[in-house]
Amino acid sequence: MIDPVISHPLGDFIREIIPIPEISFLINALISIIAICAVAIGTAPILIYMERKICAHIQCRLGPMRLGFHGTLQTIADVMKLLFKEVYAPKGADKFLFYLAPMISLTAPFLALTMIPFDHNLQVANLSVGIPFIIAVNGFGILGILIGGWASNNKYSLLGSLRSGAQMISYEISFALVLLFVVMVSGSANLMDITQSQSGTILDWWIFKIPVLGFIAFIMFFISSTAELNRAPFDIAEAEQELTGGYHTEYNGTAFAMFYLAEYINLVTTSSLATTCFLGGFYPPLIGIESIDTLLLKVPGFIWFAGKVFFMISAYMVVRWTFVRPRVDQLMDFEWKFLLPANLLLLALGATYIAIIG
Amino acid sequence: MSLRRLPPGFREENIDLDTEEFFVNMGPQHPSTHGALRLALRLDGETIIEVVPHFGYIHRGIEKQAESMSYLQYIALSDRQDYLTAIQNNWGVCLALEKGLGIGVPERGEYIRVMLAELGRIASHLVFYACFGGDLGGQTALLFGFKEREMIHDILDEVTGSRLTTNFFRPGGSVHDVPDTFIPRVTSFLKHLEKTMVDYERFLSTNIIVLERTKGIGILSKEDAIAYGCSGPVLRASGVSYDVRKNDPYGIYSQLDFNVPVTYNGDTYDRYVVRIAEIHESIKILRQCIKQFPEGPYRGQEKASIRLKPGSYYSATETAKGLYATYVVAVSGDKPYRIHTRGPSFANLAALNTMVQGHKISDLVSILATLDPVIPEIDR
Repeated sequence: MIDPVISHPLGDFIREIIPIPEISFLINALISIIAICAVAIGTAPILIYMERKICAHIQCRLGPMRLGFHGTLQTIADVMKLLFKEVYAPKGADKFLFYLAPMISLTAPFLALTMIPFDHNLQVANLSVGIPFIIAVNGFGILGILIGGWASNNKYSLLGSLRSGAQMISYEISFALVLLFVVMVSGSANLMDITQSQSGTILDWWIFKIPVLGFIAFIMFFISSTAELNRAPFDIAEAEQELTGGYHTEYNGTAFAMFYLAEYINLVTTSSLATTCFLGGFYPPLIGIESIDTLLLKVPGFIWFAGKVFFMISAYMVVRWTFVRPRVDQLMDFEWKFLLPANLLLLALGATYIAIIG
Repeated sequence: MSLRRLPPGFREENIDLDTEEFFVNMGPQHPSTHGALRLALRLDGETIIEVVPHFGYIHRGIEKQAESMSYLQYIALSDRQDYLTAIQNNWGVCLALEKGLGIGVPERGEYIRVMLAELGRIASHLVFYACFGGDLGGQTALLFGFKEREMIHDILDEVTGSRLTTNFFRPGGSVHDVPDTFIPRVTSFLKHLEKTMVDYERFLSTNIIVLERTKGIGILSKEDAIAYGCSGPVLRASGVSYDVRKNDPYGIYSQLDFNVPVTYNGDTYDRYVVRIAEIHESIKILRQCIKQFPEGPYRGQEKASIRLKPGSYYSATETAKGLYATYVVAVSGDKPYRIHTRGPSFANLAALNTMVQGHKISDLVSILATLDPVIPEIDR
């Protein structure tokens, strides 16, 4: 199922010096996995800094300013603090599950990230079932939160994890259906194929290619992924003002850092998915004027990709600091009574559109 | 059927062993109980069956302390009750003392009192706006409210020398006169506040999630509000037009033109709307005071030691939270025999259990925020 021959200079080189295909494949896989983990973990502090600054400026304040230039080293100091803290489980907690939960939470977004094509030759695994794989892995991540809340032996944690269980499982349906829409219109569940179906000008991106429907699908993806990410305004699982910290109330030190890291890597994964499915992946936003387009094409694809991902992340952050949190039952109502029917309607309209025009 | 031990305060006869109720202690260390307040919750899933507030964690025995202090020293203690309306508490105490001394306040002194009290009211309501937004999950509103409140504190700092615990009024007037910069600063602040209030209201008042979260939630009926002795915005949101400034005017409020905002649903949204409307009324009062601000003495007769005529004296004032009343019993000497305070937050908190029943924990947080309790005033 996994296509081992992704043409890449480094991969070609390893295949050349180690002629046994199984071993060269393993080495290749290891290198790419380490690389993707390194990039993702390296991005997280930048995102945390970015979030603090965006939040601060929305709230008319400066944010971190003391450590390094404009507080750039603040995140590193925080990471150090978290790493050197003693990790302990509360009395009566199920120790094994308590420490397992953050690991599960952190694994899921990494697995999803392996499917994302960052550039023409920059993808860890080119699965033909890329989209279903991502949906499956996303569901796996919920387990971490559920287990963590259950094992903490704390009532707030339990309430938080129950809330998140209900919320994430509900919104997963919308999340999957919107992705299904993209699969339907592009004719493939392979993320590389989806990206390549958007080559051409900016109007070939799925957000614009199908008039109105594409944009609505993008908005729906944005809403359901915000809920999937457990971010405000849909952060009812953490709900600081209500549940003090929700599922991670009892976590500290490295275990808490892993939950925190998972949140931001999830953000990267979901933004990458949005970029791949709606915003043309690694293709530059060509506008059809040749002189400008040749300039845009000179910029490498992964830079375009990173730019779009950061645009998406900024959107998530601005939304987070602008809205208040709905109540848990209102959130469920919204999903089951509005978003899900709307999604099904969108799917039907999309199918009609393809049957008639596409 | 075996008897299960319930946490203190819950009614035993409500036990039904077949349901899976459970108890959660919200506080005393919880981000949204606004201080050291403990709410024991009886939950069915996330739905609240009963709430029992436990308080007294920061009880300092202020009323007992007052008996071994001179009257002037007690004014400083009134700051330490409701610290958000400190300047209005000062006024309440001074009113009672002035009745005992049989003295009045010169006109300029009255204007200084009204202006500072209304500034304090705006500051307190801004803190409410901040906490309300914050408790709904909008951290941005939290910072917005506190930003303008800082400006009021800067003005209070310049006038009284202190930002929070002002200790500024004395029987017969105030400690000293306001500086020349006071009127221009208030004028420019009001101009700024009116502009920013438009933004702040747009941020919460018309936001669809806020409306969904607050309309029809935590309804306090008119009868209940009166029965529990609620006062201030909590009472007025339930449709009772009672404001001490209008119904039993003190100071120069009878000469000023202002309205008492009243709403009739008694839900969380109404309590929010009433407070926002009161900010605008306070701005109106301040504008009038600036226009009419007189020259002259700021304080009447000064005395070395204050000795009240034997008897009992009562004063009622309207602070931002509601009815703040002081009852002084004087026997002899320069110390009170007994001082009792009727605080608005204490009475308003009593209505909590009625309001939250059947709602979710999320709503408890927002309902508690609209009661706007200040714990040092509940505990005293």
